[in-house]
Amino acid sequence: MILTLKNTFEEIGNATLFAKQFFKEVFVPPYEAKQFVKQCYIIGYKSLPLVAITGFIMGLVLTLQSRPTLVKFGAESWLPGMVALSLIREIAPVITALICAGKISSGIGAELGSMKVTEQIDAMEVSAINPYNYLVVTRILACTLMVPILVFFADAIGIVGGYIGINIHGDVNFYRYLTQILQSLEFLDLFPATIKTFFFGFFIGMIGCYKGFNASNGTESVGKAANSAVVTASLAIFIIDMVAVQITDLFF
Amino acid sequence: MIKEEKNTEKEPKAKSKTPIIEIKNLHKTFGKNNKILKGVNLTVNQGEDLVILGRSGSGKSVTIKCIVGLIEPDKGEIKVFDENVLNLSKSDLNEIRVRIGFLFQSGALYDSMSVRENLAFTLRKHKRDLAPEEIEAEVVEALDNVGLSDAINKMPSELSGGMQKRIGLARTLILKPEIILYDEPTTGLDTITSREISELILDIKHKRKTTSIIITHDMACAKLTADRIMVLKDGVIHAEGTYEELEKSEDEWVRSFFE
Repeated sequence: MILTLKNTFEEIGNATLFAKQFFKEVFVPPYEAKQFVKQCYIIGYKSLPLVAITGFIMGLVLTLQSRPTLVKFGAESWLPGMVALSLIREIAPVITALICAGKISSGIGAELGSMKVTEQIDAMEVSAINPYNYLVVTRILACTLMVPILVFFADAIGIVGGYIGINIHGDVNFYRYLTQILQSLEFLDLFPATIKTFFFGFFIGMIGCYKGFNASNGTESVGKAANSAVVTASLAIFIIDMVAVQITDLFF
Repeated sequence: MIKEEKNTEKEPKAKSKTPIIEIKNLHKTFGKNNKILKGVNLTVNQGEDLVILGRSGSGKSVTIKCIVGLIEPDKGEIKVFDENVLNLSKSDLNEIRVRIGFLFQSGALYDSMSVRENLAFTLRKHKRDLAPEEIEAEVVEALDNVGLSDAINKMPSELSGGMQKRIGLARTLILKPEIILYDEPTTGLDTITSREISELILDIKHKRKTTSIIITHDMACAKLTADRIMVLKDGVIHAEGTYEELEKSEDEWVRSFFE
């Protein structure tokens, strides 16, 4: 028990030092712009289909599940606003971040872990190329930028899913549906939800890179790095979400 | 195969006794009490090929990884080009690293890049003023040197073990290092390919006047390439001499490598 606790604190300490190195290296040239764009493509563009399907199902299911209760209270007209608010404030950011933790964080963990055990990272190091700058900084930056964009995308697709969900049992014009959503949304609904997605992105990238970069030698550790990256990133998302909600509650 | 270096400044020093790598009292322990190195002392002179022999786990690879700063020793001194690498800042260490080539046991090619990219990547990072055509020309030349110019568009996964090592060597040579550290260059290869790699090492030595440390279990490679051999046992240098001297050593353990 004490040993597990000690290992956990040791791991948190090491991860913090790893993150500190990111802030040290991110402003130091050479800037790996090409690699950053490539990572944005892999992390952002290649995740679009998965995020689109998830977002659509979230919107559709949320509408279908909420409708009976609202009908019971005669508040069916609130359905578009409620679906949009739930999606934008909480469901889309958290579910999209969890999807990204599963796809991106594990992918980065496995990729860097495999590079570590096959001595590719060492090869960069001995060639006087900074592997942290080239591999880690670019991936963390790409995650931090792409996850919020993916969340916006999931919001939009989710709203379309909600529209289809409403029209399964009724007949609502899309323009009217959108007007109702826009009337119920305020800037303060969007702002904190968007800010927290940057933190989700940062931690998804950072944890994936940390786990991969610190894979011990042996192919078994590649699987462990990928698995551990998903678990830790998912847990981090829930903790960040909890903190973000508390802060939002205090200030807004 | 290897083109001769035009830089004639290095040539007269080739066989001189100028120490280029000096290791004194090197200690390294992994974990709590897994002592791998217990006071290794060695010197490599300019233009010399030193072969280090020893059983698996005797610390041969650890020794050369300490030289390039991949592993930090617990105690000791490592001087390369008269600089104590253990006291250098990251940027100063990188300046030394550019002058040292390291061939990994597996070749360690970047598997997400083609052969062309593997070579160009290293070059692009260090010679930022080179035009794309110049980089391409250097890549082609480096591949020609190892006899694999046909593989330029292939991915590492499409190459055999021997080819991966040759490409690894080409990537090492592209920065024109003065020292090359070979970590088991012929391990896992058939006899013919091993001989080809050994001949390539010899070729590099003659044409480029490099200084090398070669870690190997392959006695044919050692015989072909070694100017001097050191045998590592129990974390210290146990025996030292030329191939012929050690082959006739009175120490049965040393002789067992040559049987």
